[in-house]
Amino acid sequence: MPTSFYPSADDLLRFSPELILSFAGTLLMVLDPFFRHIQGKPAPRIFGHLTIAAFIAAIFGAIAANAVPGSSFSNLLIVDGYATFFRVLVLTIGILAVLISYRYLAKEVAETSEYHALLLFSVAGQCLMVAANDLIMIFIGLEISSIATYILAGYLRNDKRNNEAALKYFLLGSFATGFLLYGVSIVYGITGTTKLDEIRTALSNPGLSLVAVSIAAALIIVGLGFKVSGAPFQMWAPDVYQGAPAPVSVFMATAPKAAAFAVFVRVFMTSFQQIATGWEPLIWISALLSMTIGNFAALTQTNLKRMLAYSSIAHAGYILVALAAKSELGTAAVMFYLAAYALMNIGAFAVVIHIAGKGERHLRIDDLAGLAQKQPLTAALMTVFVLSFIGVPLTGGFFGKFYIFRAAVESDLIWLAVLGLLNSAVAAYYYLRLLVVMYMHEPGEAVQALEPMSAGLDIALVLSAVGTFILGVLPGAVLNFARNSASLGR
Amino acid sequence: MNLLDVLILIPAIGFFIALIIPRAMENAIKMLALIFSLVSFVVSLGLAYGYRTGQSGLQYMTDFVWIQNPEIHYHVGVDGLSLWLIVLSTFLTPIAILISWNYIHNRVKEFFAFLLLLEFGLVGVFSAWDLFLFYVFWEVVLVPMYFLIGIWGHDRRIYAAVKFFLYTMAGSVLMLVAITFLYIHAGTFDYATILAQLQSGKLALSHLQETLLFLAFFIAFAIKVPLFPLHTWLPDAHVEAPSAGSVMLASVMLKMGTYGLVRFCLPMFPTAAHENAPWISILAIIGIVYGAAVAMVQPNMKKLVAYSSVSHLGFVVLGIFSFTQLGLDGAVYIMLAHGISTGALFALVGFLYERRHSLAISDYGGIATVAPWFATMFLITTFASIGLPMLSNFVGEFLVLQGTAQSNFAYTSFAALGVILSACYMLWMYQRVFFGETNEEVKHHVYDFNLREWACVIPLVAVMVWMGIFTQTFLPPVSESNDKILTQIRMSADLKAATHSPVASLKVGANTNAH
Repeated sequence: MPTSFYPSADDLLRFSPELILSFAGTLLMVLDPFFRHIQGKPAPRIFGHLTIAAFIAAIFGAIAANAVPGSSFSNLLIVDGYATFFRVLVLTIGILAVLISYRYLAKEVAETSEYHALLLFSVAGQCLMVAANDLIMIFIGLEISSIATYILAGYLRNDKRNNEAALKYFLLGSFATGFLLYGVSIVYGITGTTKLDEIRTALSNPGLSLVAVSIAAALIIVGLGFKVSGAPFQMWAPDVYQGAPAPVSVFMATAPKAAAFAVFVRVFMTSFQQIATGWEPLIWISALLSMTIGNFAALTQTNLKRMLAYSSIAHAGYILVALAAKSELGTAAVMFYLAAYALMNIGAFAVVIHIAGKGERHLRIDDLAGLAQKQPLTAALMTVFVLSFIGVPLTGGFFGKFYIFRAAVESDLIWLAVLGLLNSAVAAYYYLRLLVVMYMHEPGEAVQALEPMSAGLDIALVLSAVGTFILGVLPGAVLNFARNSASLGR
Repeated sequence: MNLLDVLILIPAIGFFIALIIPRAMENAIKMLALIFSLVSFVVSLGLAYGYRTGQSGLQYMTDFVWIQNPEIHYHVGVDGLSLWLIVLSTFLTPIAILISWNYIHNRVKEFFAFLLLLEFGLVGVFSAWDLFLFYVFWEVVLVPMYFLIGIWGHDRRIYAAVKFFLYTMAGSVLMLVAITFLYIHAGTFDYATILAQLQSGKLALSHLQETLLFLAFFIAFAIKVPLFPLHTWLPDAHVEAPSAGSVMLASVMLKMGTYGLVRFCLPMFPTAAHENAPWISILAIIGIVYGAAVAMVQPNMKKLVAYSSVSHLGFVVLGIFSFTQLGLDGAVYIMLAHGISTGALFALVGFLYERRHSLAISDYGGIATVAPWFATMFLITTFASIGLPMLSNFVGEFLVLQGTAQSNFAYTSFAALGVILSACYMLWMYQRVFFGETNEEVKHHVYDFNLREWACVIPLVAVMVWMGIFTQTFLPPVSESNDKILTQIRMSADLKAATHSPVASLKVGANTNAH
């Protein structure tokens, strides 16, 4: 089957985002000693600028690759609308993550090339994951992404909480990867292939042991469930998100999660689609648990990062509802929701980073007190994100939820939609608390000591808010793209 | 682009301009809000002037695709039911702005911006003809009101604001599921199309489906009305809100619930509405009597007025679920009249609060001697609220009682208790606040209206009198729309009667045509 040892031009183009990112990451580390000082002055920001440039180049690469859709490298990699959507999404998250890191790293005196190189590698892994057409490729992409993220979680190595977060994430993460790999090996044993489309064909053979396939699927659910922090594999998320540096927390809650969901949907909607009635209950149980645990645990949190961590578990639950719908509509809903969620989460975290200050001292919800009086614009933008979290119309969060629950209703999961929406009413309570302290309390110590917004945070905030609004008011373009690419080439 | 689109746009534009103006320019922001709301009001009068009774279908209709897939339309229009509710919203917004003129000191910019956003949402709710669009406006209204209560309210404002938000949200998510369900089965969000499909039997719902859908819509609306026992957010929200918030909340936002019942619940699910009417009517009657009884013992004026709203809105629900022309006309008339009279009451109580900084009835007394005009205007408003003939509420209450009598006389006799009780609590309050000995505090602080306050009070009182005497200004378009809704109900009942027998009872109200 392999026609030539050398990749064709199309192959290279389809692989260009990963190439650009890995190249940029390596280059960054090599150039580190030369760039640290420009004309005798320290110039630490240059790493961030270069990283953003690499991400933008990779976005162009991803879009160019979409012009020549198809599979590459002996069908290991597949570029379709679905892959492109998620590539652009994780790359955009990368840009926003760099933007919200400038000030943070400067304050912690930790502006190194490694941080940015790790971000590039992590996103490269995610780009690979979402375009993989082979379980082994998925595993490799997942590991590239995860290992970089493990290190990022413990990036401030003198900080105890960072170390705890990294260790916890690493131990539990590798355990989960083990489950995934075990599942993959069983699938290979039964079907004799790791290619997603070939597994699909093999599974339609009536002679197969469905029990073993189901076990394999369940193991893969465990592995991926961990990565998306879906209950009952969500235990690590609050501790890790709380302990990791704030820009890394939000990166972890958005990019690797989006990529893991992309894989989740692709594997289960192509390879395992025929046994959907088997895995569907597992998914909705997980969805229900995630929503309920996430929302109810978030009710009592006093730490902003921890609250947002629980809320991210709940949002994973909503997305799992869409997966449980096991339809193309559900797939499109997953895509749309992840984009909307990434924007609002990064926006909200940008405000948290702004408030927290050096050493993340101000992380209590009450530290937001009086923000509206001191910096009305920041508070107004935060309000947009909070309303989007709640799911108030004219924000991306609302349309995301609507599409998810519409997919659920269409697949006759009305009760799940009702429970999910009631859950979002519960969630409104703790999100409203953010608005309450920002608008209805007098400025507290944290807000009094607040410095003006930095340019990087400002740009990230405005971009996220504009994106949230566009997804809420004119979601047509994004949604159509999602709808058209949700068939996954079947 | 027609007059209605302009009307929806004006407050939205005003909102954005208010956001841009620097916050130091407080007077400019206030003037801007006032001008924009007055222009809206004038435009809405143009809407009413150009409205043609006897012309079938929606007027001032605009319909274009907002989002392609799923197809969501910006589809707005006016019929007799929504016409006066829109005018009510635009009429009360400038008054709400005027009564807040000197009362709001901190964060002036946000306050007036939120009032304009609220107006935008309200006009939108009453004119939306796409279910999805309706839901969007329905939720949009929630946000400014949440902030109005939470930021500028009284002591327990945060509790009240959160409770208000969560109650409404919990109800409306169920409605969203129902809307989605309808969309999936009808293939469209367009209300007129869905209705046509339901009536022609093209979209056939099983009995269980219809009941559940009815309940999903009904609960969302009943929370908003609020119907006993879902009313507990109301006293908190009304009491804690700033005067302008209470006015908008009581006068217009409660009507969103009753409007939804008439607009959506009855026409779409006539059988379920009929089957569930008995217990709903009983809850409405409990609300009438309970609201009145609780109002009687309130030491706080705002709370008293708030509970009186529970009672009055009970009448509206009772009228709606009488399924008679008179009952529905009366219900809509009370919606408008209650908007005016309760709005006026909250405004007047707000004026008292600005003077004496207390809402407790016991802190007042003898105002009639120091501020005779105040006492006069308050008395007229009190009479209107009680339902004295020649004033606004009387017409509506009479029609509702008449309509209910046609369908179930027992209901009428219990509901009439509410009318008597309302006279008790309102007059008793009036007596304690305005008559008796004038205490020192009142002497020092309470004075008669100033020019700005006159500008709020005169239009309100004038409309009360107008609505009490010249009912024909308002009723014809309302009855026409109600007649259409009742016809639709009967049509689908006839259709179902072919297969089902129990629904034949629907025809009880069929032969009663009021006008």
